[in-house]
Amino acid sequence: MILLASFLVVVMLVGAVAACIFRDLISAVIAAALVSLIAAILFYFLQAPDVAMAEAAIGAALTAAIFIIAISRTKRHEQ
Amino acid sequence: MRRIIAILLLIIVAMGINLTLAKIPFGTPKTKVGTHYIKEGIKQTGSDNIVTAVVVDYRAFDTLGEVTVLFIAAIGLGAVLTAGAGVGNRKTQPASMVLYTGCRLLFPLILIFGTYTFFHGGGFQGGAIVASGFLLIYLGCRERRISQRAFILAASLGGLAFVVIGLMGLVFGSYFLLNFLPKSASNMLFSAGVIPIIYAVIGFKVGSELASIIDNLIEES
Repeated sequence: MILLASFLVVVMLVGAVAACIFRDLISAVIAAALVSLIAAILFYFLQAPDVAMAEAAIGAALTAAIFIIAISRTKRHEQ
Repeated sequence: MRRIIAILLLIIVAMGINLTLAKIPFGTPKTKVGTHYIKEGIKQTGSDNIVTAVVVDYRAFDTLGEVTVLFIAAIGLGAVLTAGAGVGNRKTQPASMVLYTGCRLLFPLILIFGTYTFFHGGGFQGGAIVASGFLLIYLGCRERRISQRAFILAASLGGLAFVVIGLMGLVFGSYFLLNFLPKSASNMLFSAGVIPIIYAVIGFKVGSELASIIDNLIEES
């Protein structure tokens, strides 16, 4: 379990850094949603399923959707 | 130069946080009230879910405030986005057959799961799940619109029901948001008195608010 959790944390860190680095904003949003999704899994491992559900629904789905709607109205690539 | 200063500041902040938190033992109960909630919570509130007992019974007044904040955020977003905007008459490409069918199949299941979550101690979570179901409908069935007025009406009714239940506590007992319904054996629908009712109302309210936020944003794009 601890191995899986550490692996997930590493992936989460990679996703967080990628979200900052990507110039393509859609990719950045997807990386940020990945961070939220892994955070949800980690919350579940820490026996907080209620927080995990909120994180998965709001962090991974709704926030990403709102970001993508905003990007579709502006520019896709960062200058 | 600026970067070096930023990194130095970060290191100082990290050391400060580390120094503050290093002394606190991790995972041991530090407050009496926490252990009291865990020990007596099920007996006092009738709720099997301790988190729900704290959120909707012990700290119900806080929850009312949180729900109000979310309501004001949704209303404010609607006011900002719809002010001075023309009628959203954009040309949309219809969704593909796979997406359309998938959305129509999944939407009722998501609604059922959200409602299930309401009654199992997750009003906010259930609301978010229901809102994500509406998001799916907006992605798949693009010509469909749910009227903004219906969302606001649902959110307002939810808030009103919350306050009315609280006032009924004042009528039947001694204080606002008193759990005035009788508690029965656990694992029944209303075994925790008003807690499931309040949480279902909160879920309804949160779901319609989040869905109205998405609706506003999509309408504008």
